[in-house]
Amino acid sequence: MSATAKIKRPPRVGDNPLFRTILIAVVLVVTALFIVAPLAVIGFHAFSQGWRFYAATIAHPDTLHAIMLTVVTALIAVPINTAFGIAAAWAITKFDFPGRRLLLVVIEIPFSISPIVAGVAYLFVYGLQGLFGEILADADVKILFALPGIVLASMFVTAPFVARELIPLMQAQGRDLEEAATSLGASGWRTFFSVTLPNIRWALLYGVVLCNARVMGEFGAVSVVSGNIRGQTNTLPLHIELLYHDYQTAGAFAAASILALLAVVTLVAKVALERRGAGRRPALAAPVAVLTENAK
Amino acid sequence: MKIRLDAVEKSFDSFRAVRGVSLEVESGELVALLGPSGSGKTTILRMVAGLEYADGGSIHFGSVDATDIPVRDRGVGFVFQHYALFPHMTVGENIAFGMKVSKQKRSKAEIDARVADLLRLVKLDGLGNRFPAQISGGQRQRVALARALAVDPKVLLLDEPFGALDTNVRRDLRRWLREIHQELGITTLFVTHDQEEALDLADRVVILNDGQIVQEGTPEEVCRQPASAFVMKFLGDTNKLKAMVTSGVAAIGNARIEAPGFPDGAVDVFLRPADLDWANEGEGIAATVVRVIDKPSGRRMLAVTETGEAVELDVAPETVVTAQQRGVVTIERARLFSADQPTSRLI
Amino acid sequence: MTRRRVLPGLPLALGVTLVYVSIIVVLPLGALVFKAASLGFADYWAIVSSPRAVASYRVTALSALGATVFNLVFGLALAWVLVRYRFPGRRLIDALVDLPFALPTAVAGIALTTLFAHNGWFGSFLANFGIKVAYTPLGIMVAMAFTSLPFIVRTVQPVLEDLDPALEEAAQSLGGSDASIFRRVILPLLTPAILAGVSLSFARSLGEFGAIIFIAGNQPYETEITSLLAFIRLEEYDYQAAAAIASVLLITAFVMLAVTNLLQARALRYTVKN
Repeated sequence: MSATAKIKRPPRVGDNPLFRTILIAVVLVVTALFIVAPLAVIGFHAFSQGWRFYAATIAHPDTLHAIMLTVVTALIAVPINTAFGIAAAWAITKFDFPGRRLLLVVIEIPFSISPIVAGVAYLFVYGLQGLFGEILADADVKILFALPGIVLASMFVTAPFVARELIPLMQAQGRDLEEAATSLGASGWRTFFSVTLPNIRWALLYGVVLCNARVMGEFGAVSVVSGNIRGQTNTLPLHIELLYHDYQTAGAFAAASILALLAVVTLVAKVALERRGAGRRPALAAPVAVLTENAK
Repeated sequence: MKIRLDAVEKSFDSFRAVRGVSLEVESGELVALLGPSGSGKTTILRMVAGLEYADGGSIHFGSVDATDIPVRDRGVGFVFQHYALFPHMTVGENIAFGMKVSKQKRSKAEIDARVADLLRLVKLDGLGNRFPAQISGGQRQRVALARALAVDPKVLLLDEPFGALDTNVRRDLRRWLREIHQELGITTLFVTHDQEEALDLADRVVILNDGQIVQEGTPEEVCRQPASAFVMKFLGDTNKLKAMVTSGVAAIGNARIEAPGFPDGAVDVFLRPADLDWANEGEGIAATVVRVIDKPSGRRMLAVTETGEAVELDVAPETVVTAQQRGVVTIERARLFSADQPTSRLI
Repeated sequence: MTRRRVLPGLPLALGVTLVYVSIIVVLPLGALVFKAASLGFADYWAIVSSPRAVASYRVTALSALGATVFNLVFGLALAWVLVRYRFPGRRLIDALVDLPFALPTAVAGIALTTLFAHNGWFGSFLANFGIKVAYTPLGIMVAMAFTSLPFIVRTVQPVLEDLDPALEEAAQSLGGSDASIFRRVILPLLTPAILAGVSLSFARSLGEFGAIIFIAGNQPYETEITSLLAFIRLEEYDYQAAAAIASVLLITAFVMLAVTNLLQARALRYTVKN
């Protein structure tokens, strides 16, 4: 018995070797040009004027401030969004109530709306000419062109991120486990922390990672509500734009490289979480599936 | 079309699914591949279809070596276990598919007429415009058969054709498949793990275990002359009792069974519940009744022999017996197997 | 009939959800609609049908269409290659497909602009053939295609993975060639997923801002997208015009949402039981 014997199997659709080779080659080339090249160009230009210039750009007070502001925004927006996502998923998947489907649609709305629309909309709530503009001005509370506005806009664009990871999973898991825990006398919080949470933790983390990446990278909505004040309300993406339009290309790319790194880290975290079953199910090799079917 | 398998081998990774199977199916025959799960029966069927390639051996259709012919050119009709109906096509479109993709061009009118004929054959007139999701399981099974028959296959192959259906639907479809087979006379091979289904439907039954054929023959032959303890057990309820052979006679309780050819020593006696009866006294195995289960056709008794072996027997409905009662299990028929010498004999 | 709920926590969970959704999502969108509605129909119509606005719709819609067509072809090929073939680097490509979602749009914008500018890696090459990408509608298309690339791949991929191999085998046993099996069996079964991916990709392209403004050139009537026009009106302190144009984008998003659902329901009609 040879363990290394190659399994001969009938050809499936698209197994023609020529077709297969050409298609793989095309996909590899387009991926390299379209996805890898932009990443490479960021690295190339970020260091085009040497390490020292790179370090100086990052260490510049405006850049540091932009980084700080971005991190603080994420530290506020992401946890609140996570709490909301859990609450929404719990309400929608564990109970039946009228308007459940409508609520689902409303939660998904920010996902399909231009961030510029979101920014403009916030202006008409908290801006001087907006619904609460005068009241806020009288009370001397600054929301727009300040941290609260940036946080609110970020929360709008990322509102669906955690909920949309949790809802399909919790829907599929049903209510049996929670009902069993409750029947055994567990409180609601106890049920959530010891029964529900362990089953959804990877999906939750997955949603949090994606939410964080979007908050830190959000440009359109934030650029409307922040006022772009250098050294005050400039988040990192806005700072990149500022440098770029100031013809400080190397500086812009240096700042961009931080966000590109964040993107790469996000992708790595995403892959790691997907291996644990979060998000898209890990790709089960199709021929393997056929073989296990047949061996039955 | 005659099918001939010659020393066919197939492994998945390190699992040897089929080990040197040779088999002939005569033209027009209806043959069942019967075996427990993992016995390799489905793999054999898929190799005959060309959905799996053999690692060794050959498969002939008539005089043609079909071993390496791809499935699309092999001319087989395959009915999949879960039917594999195209969910986005209507019943009629499913049946027409093979004719539409065929190299042999047919006019639309020709195809429509053939679809109508087939719908009539499988008794689904008027359902041609439904989608598979809109018909019952039994109806889907018939659509799958009509689709396979539409391309005039040389050979019809069915993988657990009734596995996904209710018992009642199953029985009706079985009889109906038998009728269709008689009408069309097409060489048919089907896979099942249900011995009743195989015996009810097939001209000949091929019993598999661990990737090998353990016995093949007509339903009568495999029932009356099981070649091994495995076949005996697999075909129906069986009691296995220990007996001692001395000079060609096996002793069990105070009953005696002829055992010519068996060496002196221990032997296994296999007895179907219907091979046994119950008496208050006489020649047999002393036992105590544990429980009596009443069935429409008679009474099933569960008893324990003096030596502590459990035994089940079917007795006539009139038999008066209750739990805890002592008596004697009498033997009408028995089959003896020793561990390595599967000789058997009727008394 | 009211049934007592078995599980606890509905009032808290639903309360939190409704408050959050009201403050974060419904209130601002309501304020926008209110602002746009306060214009009166004649003024509103004058703004949204002005030649510059209409030109921006055309640029946006056509570029989004081009980007979506590219993503349809490339996304389908990517999904097919990732699911059906095993080759070195497959997992890396699978991970890289999500880069456009993970990479902030402003970063993508400056990277693509630099690549396609006349002195960039691609731009200088394409210039040999007289093709200009940066600061032309083609550039808008490139930015849109990049930012919405993952949609079609990620909607088609799981469906292709879960496609019952028996369906393909059945089609093969009935004599179908690869091309006819793909066209008659595989493609129709992927259609609902493809439609979902296409409409997500198109909607995202219509709404994209960050990546585009760097590469577009932003010339009114030529390379000015609708989101940017709303932004410019805002910077000109013309809040009513900004509201009106933003409302067009909002309505488009809702229409796209409805169209997506309708198309999907139609493509999946065969799954409806009687």
